[in-house]
Amino acid sequence: MAHSGPMTDWRKAKLPVFAFLAPATILYTLFMIYPLIDSIRLSFYTTPSGGDLTFVGLENYRTILSDPDWAATFWNSFWNNMKFFAVHMLVQNPIGIALAAVLSLPRLKFRNTYRTLIFMPTMLSVVIVGFIWQLILSPVWGVGADILDIVGLKSLFGPWLGKEGSALITLAFISVWQWVGIPMMLIYAALLAIPEDLVDAAIVDGATHFEVFWHIKMPLILPTVAMVSILTFVGNFNAFDLVYAVKGALAGPNFSSDIMGTLFYRTFFGYQLQLGSPTLGATIASLMFLIILAGVLFYLFVVQRRMSRYQL
Amino acid sequence: MSNKLLAKGLAGALAASVALVPLMAQAGDLVIESWRTDDVDIWNDQIIPAFNKKHPNIQVKFTSVTPPEYNAALNAKLAGGTAGDLITCRPFDASLELYKQGNLASLNDLPGMDNFSDVAKSAWQTDDGSTTFCVPMASVIHGFIYNKEAFEEVGVEVPKTTEEFFQVLDKIKEDGAYVPMAMGTADQWEAATMGFQNIGPNHWNGEEGRKALIDGSQKFTDKPYVDTFTELARWKDYLPDGFEAISSSDSQNLFSLGRAAIYPAGSWDISLFNKQADFEFGAFPPPAPAGSDTCYISDHTDIGMGLNAHSKNTEDAKVFLEWMTGPDFAQLYSNALPGFFSLSNAKIDIEDPVAQEFVSWRQKCKSTIRNSYQILSRGTPNLENELWNISAQVINGTLTPEEGAKKAEDGLEKWYAPHQK
Repeated sequence: MAHSGPMTDWRKAKLPVFAFLAPATILYTLFMIYPLIDSIRLSFYTTPSGGDLTFVGLENYRTILSDPDWAATFWNSFWNNMKFFAVHMLVQNPIGIALAAVLSLPRLKFRNTYRTLIFMPTMLSVVIVGFIWQLILSPVWGVGADILDIVGLKSLFGPWLGKEGSALITLAFISVWQWVGIPMMLIYAALLAIPEDLVDAAIVDGATHFEVFWHIKMPLILPTVAMVSILTFVGNFNAFDLVYAVKGALAGPNFSSDIMGTLFYRTFFGYQLQLGSPTLGATIASLMFLIILAGVLFYLFVVQRRMSRYQL
Repeated sequence: MSNKLLAKGLAGALAASVALVPLMAQAGDLVIESWRTDDVDIWNDQIIPAFNKKHPNIQVKFTSVTPPEYNAALNAKLAGGTAGDLITCRPFDASLELYKQGNLASLNDLPGMDNFSDVAKSAWQTDDGSTTFCVPMASVIHGFIYNKEAFEEVGVEVPKTTEEFFQVLDKIKEDGAYVPMAMGTADQWEAATMGFQNIGPNHWNGEEGRKALIDGSQKFTDKPYVDTFTELARWKDYLPDGFEAISSSDSQNLFSLGRAAIYPAGSWDISLFNKQADFEFGAFPPPAPAGSDTCYISDHTDIGMGLNAHSKNTEDAKVFLEWMTGPDFAQLYSNALPGFFSLSNAKIDIEDPVAQEFVSWRQKCKSTIRNSYQILSRGTPNLENELWNISAQVINGTLTPEEGAKKAEDGLEKWYAPHQK
C-alpha cells in the first residue's frame, strides 16, 4: 500500500523496513487477527444460565448443523445469501461492466457527470438508502406506484418488500442500485489502462466497437472482473446492514430475507425475548468465516491460476 | 500513511475512554440505565427534580440507549463493570437472567415493596416467587384507538362485541373515506402484540388460559387459540392496500393524519397521537365474542427498576428505589407518560382522557399479561418471536389459522416438557 520511495540497499534498509511494517502489523494483529481467533475460540464454549464459560468442543457446531431448528434456519439463511450473491453477480456486475464500457467510449459527452451520478449512491449511508427505497416502494406514500402508472403498468405494483416471494430479491436490487458504482469504477480504471494503439489497430482492421470490446478489451479486463467477483462474494456473505435497516433482525416475512449476517446478529445479541448467546453467535460467525474462506480459496487456487494475463 | 493516522486516532480514543471510565463510575452520582430514549426530558425536568426536593443530596443521572440496543449494551456494560447503579428492567426472563448472573440485587427487604400486588411483582421474581429484584414501574394496556370524527361521519358506534366490531369495519369500508384499520405486517410485532395478544385474552379467558398454557393443560391447537388466529385472519380485508409492506410508523402516520378510522393500539401510543393528531380520538377495549359475560384485557407489566448488585452507591440507590415505590412517583410517572400506568396500589388521578379510558377497563375487565412472556419464551424456538412470525403470516394469508396454531404448538413442544405429554 505504502510507497517506499527510492530503493536503498536491502540489508541496510532492514531496520526501517521493520519499523515501517510494525504499526500496520501490530494494529492488524491486535484488531483483526486476535479478535478472529478469539471469536473462533469462543465458539467452542457454552454459557449455562448464570454460569461461567464451559468448554464443549464442537458441540455448538453440531447444534447449528444438525439440530432440526437451527439447521433449517442456518441453511435458509445460507441459501438466501446465495440468492443475494447470485443477483449481484448476474445483475450488478454485468451492469457495472456495461456502464464502464459506455463510459470509456471515446466520444461520450458529460462523461464525468455520469460517472459521478452513478457513483453517488455508493457514498450514501445504507440506512438512508434503505429508508429512501422503503419510501419509494411504500404502498401508502410511495412514488413507485405512480411512476408505474405513468407507463400504464400500475397493476404490476405490489408490496414487494412485504411478500415472501419478492422481499429478498427486492432488497438485492436495492443493494445493486447502491453498489453498482464500485465494479463500474474498477473496470473503468482497467479499461483506461488498455493502450490506445491496440484499439486503433483493431479498428483499422475493420472491427466494430462491440467487437473491439468483446475480443480485445474483455480478455484484458478479465482479471479485474474476477477480482470484482471475489469482492462481491465477500461483501455479500458479510452483508447485514441493508436487511437489518429495512426488515429488522427478524428478517421477515417468515425469514424470507434472512441472511447469515442477520442470523448472526439475532443469535449473538438476542432479539426481543430471545436472549443472546455469544457462544452460538460466535459459532455462526466462524461458519461464515469458513464459507467465505472456502470461496476465496476456490478463487485463488482454481480461478486465478487458470486465468491468462497479457503483458501490455 | 493513513494507517499511522488511524493508529494515532485509535490511541487517542483509547486514552480518552480510559480516562472517562473513572469519571462515569464516580461514587456520589446515581446513574440510571434505560431504553426509554423518548423519556429523557421527563426524567430530567420532572422526575429527578421531584426526587431532589425530598433528597437534595443525591445526584441522579438518566442515561439511555435505543430499545433494540439496550439488552446488548447493558450486558456489555455489566460485564465490563461500567453499568449504572439503577437498571431499568425488562419483564420476566431478560431480567431474571441478570439476577441469576448476580448482576441485580434482591429487593426483598426494600421498604415499600408491599405497595405492589403479587401480579405486578410477578414479572420480576424468581420462578418460586421468593425473591423480587426490580421495583415494578408501569404496565401498558392494549385496546383500539379510534378517530371519533370518522366514526361520526360514517355513523357508527363503538362496538361492544366481536360481531359489532366487524360490522363497524364493514361500514367504514363501504363508506370508503377511511382505511378501516391502520396496521401492517412488515414489522411483524404489531401483528402479534396489537393483534394476537390484544384480542386473544377474550378467547382464552385471560390469566386462566395463560396459566393453562404454562402448566400444559391447554395447547395452542386448542379452540381458544385457533379462534384467536381465525379472528385475526379476518382483519386482512380491512387493512390498507399493500399492508404486507406497511411498517408500524406508517400505520401510526396513517392514523394520526386522519386517513384511518381504527388503530389497534398499545396505550403507549397515546402521547404520540396527542402530539400529532388534530382530531378527537377515543379508545375501546377489545370487543368480546357475543354471549361472554366477562371481558379480559392485556395489562402487560412492561417496565421496572432494579439495583446493580455491583453498585458502589447501594445506600443512595436504595433511597431512590424506595422513593419510586411511593405514591408521589406513581402519580408523577403516570401523568408525565400517559399510557404507562403505574403498578402501585396507591390511588392515582390520571388527567389525560384517553389514558383514563384505558385505565378504567381495569375496573370492568380482568387483567392478564402477554402469554408468551413468562417461562414460555425460554427455549429455542423462542415463542414470542415465533408468534410475531406466525401472526404476521396468518394475517398475510400465507398460513391458515389452524396451521399457525400448529406451528406455535410444535415450536413449544420441542423444548417445553409440559407440552411434550
